[in-house]
Amino acid sequence: MSKIHVTTTVNGEPTEFLCNATDTLLDVLRDELRLTGAKEGCGSGDCGACSVIVDDRLTCACLMLGAEAEGRRVLTIEGMAHGDQLHPLQKKFIEMAALQCGVCTPGVLIAAKALLDRNPNPTETEVRFGLAGNLCRCTGYDKIIRAVMDVAADQRETAR
Amino acid sequence: MSAQRYKWVGTRQNRPDGADKVTGRARFAADFNLPGELVGKVLRSPHAHANIRSIDTTAAARLPGVKAIVTGADFPEQPDQLLPAGEMQVNLRDVTRNIMAKEKALYEGHAVAAVAATTAAVAAEALSLIKVDYEILPHVIDVREAMKDNAPVLHAHMRTEGVKPAPDKPSNIAKRLEFAKGDADAGFAQAEVVIEREFTTEPVHQGYIEPHAALASASEDGQVQLWTTTQGHFQVRGFCCRLLDLETAQLRVTPSEIGGGFGGKTVVYLEPLAIRLSQRAGRPVKMVMSREEVMRASGPTSGGHVKVKLGARKDGSIVAADVTVALQAGAFAGSPVGPSCMCSLACYDIDNIRVVGFDVVSNRPKVAAYRAPGAPISAWAVESVVDMLAQELGIDPIDLRLKNAAKQGTKTHYGASFGVIGLVETLEAAKNSPHYRAPVKPGHARGVAAGFWFNVGADSSAAAQVGEDGTVTIISGNPDIGGSRASLALMAAEELGIDYNKVRPIVADTASIGFNFVTGGSRVTFATGLAVINATRDAISQLKARAAKIWEVDVEGVVWEEGEARPSSTNVGKFEPLSLAKLAASASRTGGPINGHAQLNAQGAGPGFGVHIVDLKVDMDTGIVTIDRYTAVQDVGTAIHPSYVEGQLQGGAVQGIGWALNEEYIYDKQGRLQNPGFLDYRMPVASDLPMIETVLVEVPNPTHPYGVRGVGEVPIIPPMAAIGSAIARATGVRMLDLPMSPPRLSAAIDAATPAMAAE
Ligand code: FES
Ligand code: FES
Repeated sequence: MSKIHVTTTVNGEPTEFLCNATDTLLDVLRDELRLTGAKEGCGSGDCGACSVIVDDRLTCACLMLGAEAEGRRVLTIEGMAHGDQLHPLQKKFIEMAALQCGVCTPGVLIAAKALLDRNPNPTETEVRFGLAGNLCRCTGYDKIIRAVMDVAADQRETAR
Repeated sequence: MSAQRYKWVGTRQNRPDGADKVTGRARFAADFNLPGELVGKVLRSPHAHANIRSIDTTAAARLPGVKAIVTGADFPEQPDQLLPAGEMQVNLRDVTRNIMAKEKALYEGHAVAAVAATTAAVAAEALSLIKVDYEILPHVIDVREAMKDNAPVLHAHMRTEGVKPAPDKPSNIAKRLEFAKGDADAGFAQAEVVIEREFTTEPVHQGYIEPHAALASASEDGQVQLWTTTQGHFQVRGFCCRLLDLETAQLRVTPSEIGGGFGGKTVVYLEPLAIRLSQRAGRPVKMVMSREEVMRASGPTSGGHVKVKLGARKDGSIVAADVTVALQAGAFAGSPVGPSCMCSLACYDIDNIRVVGFDVVSNRPKVAAYRAPGAPISAWAVESVVDMLAQELGIDPIDLRLKNAAKQGTKTHYGASFGVIGLVETLEAAKNSPHYRAPVKPGHARGVAAGFWFNVGADSSAAAQVGEDGTVTIISGNPDIGGSRASLALMAAEELGIDYNKVRPIVADTASIGFNFVTGGSRVTFATGLAVINATRDAISQLKARAAKIWEVDVEGVVWEEGEARPSSTNVGKFEPLSLAKLAASASRTGGPINGHAQLNAQGAGPGFGVHIVDLKVDMDTGIVTIDRYTAVQDVGTAIHPSYVEGQLQGGAVQGIGWALNEEYIYDKQGRLQNPGFLDYRMPVASDLPMIETVLVEVPNPTHPYGVRGVGEVPIIPPMAAIGSAIARATGVRMLDLPMSPPRLSAAIDAATPAMAAE
């Protein structure tokens, strides 16, 4: 079986890779590109640990084929900080203890970013539904929801 | 909360591993790779119970790219001997059979062979070429079925322990235990109200988001390195060395960051297989479980059957209790029935108690510890009956518990007497909480339940290494599962009197620090914390000796305050204080490096008690329960890092909510698991829940310098009964079986409706 050549953009970098037709984007990110921030919690689209943003759309990397990344823009957790500056969500998660084991955290942060990019002024219910695709077994979600709402409030404050 | 007693302890600092964990840099087990590594995969039994007549691996071995194949025959027979595994005990003879079946497959998903190959695709193809000749046997899944005389027997050698005369026939009941205090029958004779009910729970999985994974690299000279996700890499070393006949010094285990465990990562599954395959292949072998494998083959906690009878006087004093607990152990003996029996009534000071427990095997994966192992199962039953008593007697459920609460000096039915405990304070805090004081909204109902866990001490080692610039590295050996690096660093900074950010904690591998028992039993902040405090104190005494040497005074003349050595009084002399940084800089001139060490077996873990309050509403047509408000109140001793303590309460409560409302294992007639994934094994998601309010009660544990009590286990105990009691108050239907999922609850409501209409 010959490999497929894919040209794409990952975290702003032009990127090329070869993959099998059956490789998921998650396989490619983790095994080919060595970007292991996205995690495989289920491989079936049910846990959100593999969340990435593809062309502004929140995506489970385990449900998308690597070959489908052709011509797209992929953002992973590794691309969320700007240089040595953490993204406000990343900072707030640390400050507010919105992680315990941290394995869900890359996916939750990506999903939270996708949510705030779309809706900078979410209600608690909107945050809860926006993150309903991300399982966290450690925190009970409380501190995660508070951190996301806090960042949204901060961003509204700065925007004023 | 109390006025601030400490500079660092009790403050909410950023965790030292925070940046790594929010950027994807933190390495979990599946993130490790080595050059030349092979992919290992496991062949699992499709049958719930079968004799293995033979395994033919010849065709698989011939497949290009296959480098090694192992079966049960590659693992030596083990003695009938118990070893601690986290908070539970496991028998080595069983452990070797659980990691790889020998004569029998005992549950669907039981490993029967493993392959290492150059790619995942080759490994998968090789598995399909292995021919296993099974003789299918009748199986048994349910705990009550398994206890029957005519049930299929899993282990021909098993005789029920703890019954006299010793039985001569095999049984699935591995053990019977009994605890007694006073005279239960005489107690019931005094009772004016007696309530008796039978309850069940389904097995539930710990549900850690990171599947099991291991990477092993064996060298030709017999040395082995292993990277794995575990709550206790020293236990992994111990198990693997026994199972593979290795010396401990030959095996170095490095724990990855751990993506949740909750007790489920205190045993071994892939680790010995990866090592054996690597030894056979001469190359590193990486193995990662799929979610389906996690569900089919790794330990959930027991399902159980619990009978509770409580007798009380009209004034609410509980005078007698009789509890019987039968827990599924899975395919091998060793459910948490002991702690389940012990915790069942520990919240109450009752004179007459009888508690009987049964440990029962059936054709399911061997159970592993899950947060307060066993306690939630018995508490679900006991706390539900306590609530029924409160309803029957017309007493507020918190007042009823206050009237019967265990206190300092209460002798439990398992023999121990409580020291300083905070149950009364916790109940009072619950009663005074904003939640309990607020009226119940129309259409909603409120439930309350309590919970108890012993907490654990055990073995820990730690070191405090003073760097040349006066910063300090704290080395310990417990994987950080929920912020323990931060709490250890806070205590070290407090002792040293230096800035928290000048203390860096690391989790060392098995070759770099002395033995540490598992991260489990809510022991790390307590026991490893004690080791860190002592190691820090050891460093401080060395620092004081260096100052004494510089000043040419007796060491008694030096005190350590605010991060510097000072003369203890003007009598000693007038000296400029010497900071940690200064003493560190001159260390080689005053006697060499300054490193503190400590190792201990921590005694006196302070028991923990919690009380949860829930407000919910029930859709009477669909049986859907909506949780509107939830509060967890708990005696936490001293909250070293309050945010992570709150996080433990919140996370535990939500796991309990899942246990109460949704989670269960569903088997088909052939004994095959029908819901081995997160879609059908439904754990709570953010949109299912409200905020989880917390009230931290601080009754310090007198045996710890900062008063630490373990906090992680207790919060999973009360939710089921709190929710069940709220449902009972909302609907008039007392649920006896978990989970109280929409189909079950609506069926129960429907079944009760004509009866209620007729009343
Ligand atoms: S790994 Fe993709 S959703 Fe779970
Ligand atoms: S922090 Fe552990 S799963 Fe979310």
